[in-house]
Amino acid sequence: MLQTAQTAAVARHEASTQSFVTFEVAGQLFGVPVMKVQDILTPDAIAPVPGGPAEVRGLINLRGRIVTVIDLRKRLGLRYEGERKGMCVTVENEGESYTLFVDGVGDVVTLQSDAREDSPTTLDPLWKELSDGVFRVDGRLLLILDVGRLLAIRSKQ
Amino acid sequence: MDDLLQEFLTETNESLATLDVELVRFEREPRDAKILGNIFRLMHTIKGTCGFLGLPRLESVAHAGENVLGKFRDGELEVTPGAVTLILKAIDRIRQILGAMEQTGAEPEGDDSALKAELNAMAAGEAAPQAAAEPEAQPAFQSPSLDDEGGFPVAAELLAEIAEALDKDPSLATPAPAVPEAKKAETPKAAVAEAAPPSAAGESSAAQSSIRVNVDVIENLMTLISELVLTRNQLLQLQRVQKGNEFKVPLQRLSHITSDLQDGVTRMRMQPIGNAWAKLPRIVRDLAVETKKRIELVMLGADTELDRQVLEIIKDPLTHMVRNSADHGIESVADRLAAGKPEAGTITLKAYHESGHIFIRISDDGKGLNVEAIRRKAIASGLVTEPELATMSEQQIIQFIFRAGFSTAEKVTSVSGRGVGMDVVRTNIERIGGAIEMSSVAGQGTTFLIKIPLTLAIVSALIVEASGQRFAIPQINVTELVGVSDRSEVSIQRINTAPVLRLRDRLLPLVSLRGLLNVAEDEEKAARTTNYVVVAQVGSAKFGIIVDRVFDTEEIVVKPVAPILRGTPFYAGNTILGDGSVILILDPNGIAQAAKQQTADDGRADVHANAQDAIKDETSFLLFSTRGNELKAVPLELVARLEDLDATSIEHVGGRHVVQYRDHLMPLVPFDDLHEWPTSGKQAVLVFSDHGRSMGLAVDEVVDIVRDRMAIELSSERTGVLGSAIIAGKATDIVNIGHYLTLAFSNWFDGAIEAQFTAQRRALVVDDSAFFRNLIVPQLRAAKWNVTSAVNGADALRIMEAEKPFDIVISDIEMPEMGGLDFAQAVRRDSRFQALPMIALSSHANADDVEQGRAAGFNDYLSKADQPRLAENLARAMEAASHGRQWRNAS
Repeated sequence: MLQTAQTAAVARHEASTQSFVTFEVAGQLFGVPVMKVQDILTPDAIAPVPGGPAEVRGLINLRGRIVTVIDLRKRLGLRYEGERKGMCVTVENEGESYTLFVDGVGDVVTLQSDAREDSPTTLDPLWKELSDGVFRVDGRLLLILDVGRLLAIRSKQ
Repeated sequence: MDDLLQEFLTETNESLATLDVELVRFEREPRDAKILGNIFRLMHTIKGTCGFLGLPRLESVAHAGENVLGKFRDGELEVTPGAVTLILKAIDRIRQILGAMEQTGAEPEGDDSALKAELNAMAAGEAAPQAAAEPEAQPAFQSPSLDDEGGFPVAAELLAEIAEALDKDPSLATPAPAVPEAKKAETPKAAVAEAAPPSAAGESSAAQSSIRVNVDVIENLMTLISELVLTRNQLLQLQRVQKGNEFKVPLQRLSHITSDLQDGVTRMRMQPIGNAWAKLPRIVRDLAVETKKRIELVMLGADTELDRQVLEIIKDPLTHMVRNSADHGIESVADRLAAGKPEAGTITLKAYHESGHIFIRISDDGKGLNVEAIRRKAIASGLVTEPELATMSEQQIIQFIFRAGFSTAEKVTSVSGRGVGMDVVRTNIERIGGAIEMSSVAGQGTTFLIKIPLTLAIVSALIVEASGQRFAIPQINVTELVGVSDRSEVSIQRINTAPVLRLRDRLLPLVSLRGLLNVAEDEEKAARTTNYVVVAQVGSAKFGIIVDRVFDTEEIVVKPVAPILRGTPFYAGNTILGDGSVILILDPNGIAQAAKQQTADDGRADVHANAQDAIKDETSFLLFSTRGNELKAVPLELVARLEDLDATSIEHVGGRHVVQYRDHLMPLVPFDDLHEWPTSGKQAVLVFSDHGRSMGLAVDEVVDIVRDRMAIELSSERTGVLGSAIIAGKATDIVNIGHYLTLAFSNWFDGAIEAQFTAQRRALVVDDSAFFRNLIVPQLRAAKWNVTSAVNGADALRIMEAEKPFDIVISDIEMPEMGGLDFAQAVRRDSRFQALPMIALSSHANADDVEQGRAAGFNDYLSKADQPRLAENLARAMEAASHGRQWRNAS
């Protein structure tokens, strides 16, 4: 009886928390749901795609699979500042893998779902469209990104 | 045992295993037409193959089984457990015969009449349910047969097993009321065969010499190997840095093994299409013998490699289609002779890569599909109503053969004609993202074109570099490589901003890969260094791609680009090279179009509203100016070279200007009377060449090259001008080069020429000389014809089948492959083309030639030599055609 109650409590606890992989782009902390993330890597050779969408940094060979690298800085409408070192967070969306090129990858954080707040109304419209709420983590704002919307890049003709 | 038989055994064993499973499913879901269709097809295939291999016993059992299945399918027979058991029994019998064949290589002797009688009785709806429900009825006959030494050892073994089984379960031995006549007919020996159930020995060992591996397993293996290659490369890199360590030798060995492993797995997936064709010659031969026809099978491109998975899927459809062609398409020798065709019919199989796909063409020169029969059948089977049918074209009607259960064979032969086939073929091909098209011409044959995406296939690609990045260009699109520098014989020139290459007799439009992909550096610097031009061919258009470096060719596995990159037109896919790097595969088609777009963006050419139309109708023009400062245009295709001649090199001989050019005297013709020959400096000359002769047209200045639609506004009365057109937004005269050629050489048109036209009023020009086509097509367009051209008679026939009807055909006489006379005869044999106006156009036009032409079916015969009157004669003949007037008879 007691055990059942405990299990239920654990289940409730699990249901009410969410884990996110966090990373930084231009000093801002972002997160994507841990379930969406397949891989974190430091890319060595990125083959550019001339003529492709600006957000596409290139292609990498991820263990025999070709994965498209999305430059998150560009995707977020930030200025591109020359060659940067960075890391890649590989996410899966609708059966296709993409990897997000970010400045650096942080911890995996587990947060209470009810601590999630709506994105501030003053947020840049582009960011607002891509975000899926914010959390406060250690005095910083963690902006959660919606992977589906993030990858909805219209390829230019 | 020959390979064919071996393959048959393996394949049939697989089919049988599937049949067992499917039948059991079917018993549970007797209404599922899909399962039944599948079962029927498998049984049909077994029957068909047995027929070709000369295995009468197997064939007869399968045939009887198929009859019953056919009744199920037509709903004439209820699906009962008993009936299914009977079918299973037939399958067991087949399996058992196969088992014996495995040992001896030949069909064992035996009699299956009891089983067949049961099946036939079932098909006729007479079988007592119990009879069918007791498939093991025959054990009653076993005992005597056990003593029969004349049997074959396998059967004896089997019988021993049965005896054992019977001991355990005596109920099996209960004699059943089998069909009495059949019982009588049976000999003891036959009973041996009859009684043997499937057993371990019956599973042929051939089935075990090859195994099937799930593609996922291979894919997974492939991924792992790619990773292994990368790791190997890293190790090699480390080892290069630390010279002379003890890892060197084992590392090299690891390296080799890794390469071999990679090769092996890649090869595991790929097979030449010829593998799927290997048994076709025999099938066709046997079929020819059986039907007393003469059939030639021509196979082209057998080494085209296909992904194994794709190959498996298209193998059966291909066999079916070839079988259909041989059985229904090709006529009997007598019929062929009566139709004026060669005795032997030809079935041609051709496989090739094109524009990112693999194409397989199966064509026969038989009688074509019987549209009338298809029409009747379509109505009879309720697929379509009569009024609906009335609105359909023949091409639409013949597509009904792709519907399930559709067969027009007048009699059901053992070969084909049970309505199995085309629907299955289509389903299989579409399942792998392919498409099938068909065209058929009564009396001339049927052609199927199967298109399979390249996504699964391996291609040979040329690796090039531009601005430090490597790209792959499919080898299939590359016709040649040209190294160019300031000092080399060929060099890149600019006409206005458009780069062109003078290559032999043609000016080739160029596209800079660097510029196109916007990876441009300093243009000046780029121009100074040595470049390479990859000459690419897309359809009939040739252009050059300027690259910085050219590496090797490599076999690459094409993978589609990610969805977000699919809007970028330059890429056909991407791949991983042997060294682990990711590389983009260029799509020459996309590049050609993008290059055009770029030209438009430069603001010179105006709108290219419809890119598709643009490809078809656009022509490159060379613009030049004359004394009067007017702009004139000539199709770039016609211009062989541009020369700036030293005024001093121009000689004046006998009232004509000539220049010593490439060891010959080349006549120079001024554009008009206003032309002033310079006494010093340079003279711009457009060089035109054909059949080894050249002439130069002296102009003031070459201005530009533009691409635009050939829309000639009005025909001009002025000599030497075809008409005027809006080119790049300006009214420009289109020059009639023919006029200047006759000024230079009175006998210019003696050369063999071939041209074809099609138009609004559509004209088809058949001529093997590109030069003449380029000359005559603009003239016809000026006269508001929509013109299509073909390079010989065979090409023309193909075009006539594939496209909308033409209003007129203009054909050369002397052409390779199929000349004008044969062509005309072929056209006239087709009932649809009886009234089609045809004009012959030849350098030889004496009375005999004209008579021959007329006998072959030409309405009129014009001489190419008569250049001044050619346009006029053509115009008159074509005018008559468009008004359906009586054809002019004088030449």
